[in-house]
Amino acid sequence: MATKSSDRAVLSDTSDPTHEHDDESAVEIVARRDFSDVTFLLEFTHPMMAKAARPGQFVIVIPHEHGERIPLTIADFDRDRGTVTLVIQAVGKTTIEMQQTSQVGTTLFGVVGPMGTPSHIGDLGKVVCVGGGLGVAPVFPQARAFKENGAYVIGVIGFRNKELVFWEDKFRKYCDEFIICSDDGSVGIKGLVTDGIKLAMEKHADIDEVVAIGPPIMMKACAETTRASGIKTTVSLNPIMVDGTGMCGGCRVKIGEGIKFACVDGPDFDGHQVDFDDLMNRLKRFKDEEEKATQRWSKTCRLRGEGSASTGSRA
Amino acid sequence: MVKKKTIRTIPQERTPILHQNPKERIQNFDEVALGYTLEDALKESERCLMCPETPCIPGCPVGIDIPGFIAKIVEKDYRGAYDVLTDSNLLPAICGRVCPQEDQCEGVCTVGDTLEPVAIGRLERWLGDLAIAEGWCNIPYIEPNGFRIGIVGSGPAGIACAADMAKAGCDVTLFEAFHKPGGVLRYGIPEFRLPNDVIGAEIDALSKLGVKIKCNTLVGRLFTLEQMLDEMGFDAVFVGTGAGYPSFMGIPGESLNGVLSANELLTRCNLMHAGEFPDYDTPLHLGQKVAVIGSGNTAMDAMRVCLRLGAENVHCVYRRTKTESPARAEEIEHAEQEGIEFHWLAAPVEIFGDDENNVRGMRCIRMELGEPDDSGRRRPVRVDGSEFEFEADMIVYAIGTNANPIIGQTAKLKLNKWGYIETDENLATSMAGVFAGGDIVTGGATVILAMGAGRKAAASMKAYLGIRDSDSVYSCEPDDEATTLFGIDAREKNFSRVRIA
Repeated sequence: MATKSSDRAVLSDTSDPTHEHDDESAVEIVARRDFSDVTFLLEFTHPMMAKAARPGQFVIVIPHEHGERIPLTIADFDRDRGTVTLVIQAVGKTTIEMQQTSQVGTTLFGVVGPMGTPSHIGDLGKVVCVGGGLGVAPVFPQARAFKENGAYVIGVIGFRNKELVFWEDKFRKYCDEFIICSDDGSVGIKGLVTDGIKLAMEKHADIDEVVAIGPPIMMKACAETTRASGIKTTVSLNPIMVDGTGMCGGCRVKIGEGIKFACVDGPDFDGHQVDFDDLMNRLKRFKDEEEKATQRWSKTCRLRGEGSASTGSRA
Repeated sequence: MVKKKTIRTIPQERTPILHQNPKERIQNFDEVALGYTLEDALKESERCLMCPETPCIPGCPVGIDIPGFIAKIVEKDYRGAYDVLTDSNLLPAICGRVCPQEDQCEGVCTVGDTLEPVAIGRLERWLGDLAIAEGWCNIPYIEPNGFRIGIVGSGPAGIACAADMAKAGCDVTLFEAFHKPGGVLRYGIPEFRLPNDVIGAEIDALSKLGVKIKCNTLVGRLFTLEQMLDEMGFDAVFVGTGAGYPSFMGIPGESLNGVLSANELLTRCNLMHAGEFPDYDTPLHLGQKVAVIGSGNTAMDAMRVCLRLGAENVHCVYRRTKTESPARAEEIEHAEQEGIEFHWLAAPVEIFGDDENNVRGMRCIRMELGEPDDSGRRRPVRVDGSEFEFEADMIVYAIGTNANPIIGQTAKLKLNKWGYIETDENLATSMAGVFAGGDIVTGGATVILAMGAGRKAAASMKAYLGIRDSDSVYSCEPDDEATTLFGIDAREKNFSRVRIA
């Protein structure tokens, strides 16, 4: 009888057709930049995906064979170079591990996408594109697309402090007006992105849409800022998901009275309809496991560090 | 010559199959039903009467020549038996395990009129396993015909369609969104029912037929069906994306942490190895008292996975009774043996959580059976005032799935009002050159029905492309007068594959 261990053996055997990943499905990292001690950019080669990607879509990354599938919003795509860019914050085990191991020349075991319904980029008159922290990256392709479609783009980006700022120039290039905010006032105006939105609303009575991407608490605040005025406010949700193709239902979110799957019905939704408290509760679903995995990873990292010092080998 | 057998002369008792002891098996993910030995298979094969009516053949959704392969086993020509079997079914080791034979071939077996039917499924599994162990693979001589076929989804429908098109000489590419091929065979059915190495071996057979498998490819979003036909050079496309979109009930408390679909539970465990967390990175957060809503095969799988991962007790909550339960009788029996507690005629109405938003229980209501509904099963009706509370720290929904929406969102295919793809009787869709089959057309069904649809779609595709179906000249029993056409044995597989157009 087949035992569990022998199943594993067969799975890793070359006779299993899944070995094709190593040759075909793995994608190579061609560029990396570190914006801060937690935020980094990875650019990988996938010409077909670069061609297909639209603003607002995301990918699922499986860093290695034992890895989990994590959704990451596409921050940029370059159809000429055939590359796709992600900006990642090292917050959990998988992203911390990627921060340490994903260097130029290494590969990611699997990247699938683009996933999700692309953002609707109409030929709007005036739009505010809001990025909070890491959210600056995924909102960038939308700002660019709006600008290229002839909209008047007001960029509002916010960071905790000056050290965390990234893509300021890149973003500014596609904005007719640009507001940068920081919690401590070390760069731009002292305040939150909602203060930036208020400034824009005071100056312009004819804003057609606000697009806000960032942590759920920030998107909630943005939606509240615009609710009274009734300005259409679009947010991009990033709940926990497994497959990203509508199969697991882990990414279900409450939108108005209904339940939607962020992976196929979103990830963009009407911010005034989103139940953010529900989303934030659901994001804590694996809090214990996340802590356990992160601790274990940092522990094995230390062990590995000592090991490589003595043997000179790289694990 | 085989002596004429009668119902009196054959072994009266069905050859039993050994099972892992329930107490032991809930501690591991090894297979529950152990396979036949050679002696078992020979003994059971003797029970086939070789009756002239052969009701089992039309009883099989893919039309396997069942008496044909059993006769070969009796003759001890096992390779010959495998050849007959794989002429209709490329995946015997899988189908022998997961087909509901009691409703198909075995349900109509002539022996079954008087005694227990011939254990066709067990024989099929034995032969499939033997082929894997011996490394047998039937790769017919295939003359390339220049057609390129794209298959969307590597589940049972896609695999069956891919195999038939490859055998017909087409250049076939199978696209899969996950990082491993197999579809529901891989993410849905747990190892104790269908070991991963069996799936690997069967899919390997597909690769040997020349089928190219591309994982991590989400058709519809990475490229569309239109692009496949217009830009990527595919002459025809088969869509077998399944009905994977899980249903929820819409009752209060469903978004509490600890409430999840059976699809999510099974995908985390089967495909992503959440049971081996933290060696694998995917977590599960298993409950100690698990309630699974629904009583289909998926519900049985979900419950038995939870038990094996260490849940203290696992409950099945179903609004009808055991009689109406859609799961295979054998699966329910196995679940009962393993200590699953069944709560028939009960339906949840509300789920409760604790201060931290974790599920802690649910309120259920008793049901009674009323008049039969459209499905012919008696409709469950609520019993007023019968509500009761049920403690649980994990609630799993296994109440069915809906059409996967991605192809519908990204192609101009005609869908029905539930989002399933509309096809004609030959499984052609509203888009020329695009065929569809399996759960994405019918709604959630079984592995073998999806495979049947895949084969049917392949036959239509061949007609559409003007490829003459080689099956019409192939018979496994040689005629008395050997005939040749232009010096070639007319029985040779794939002989008359010519393009008519």
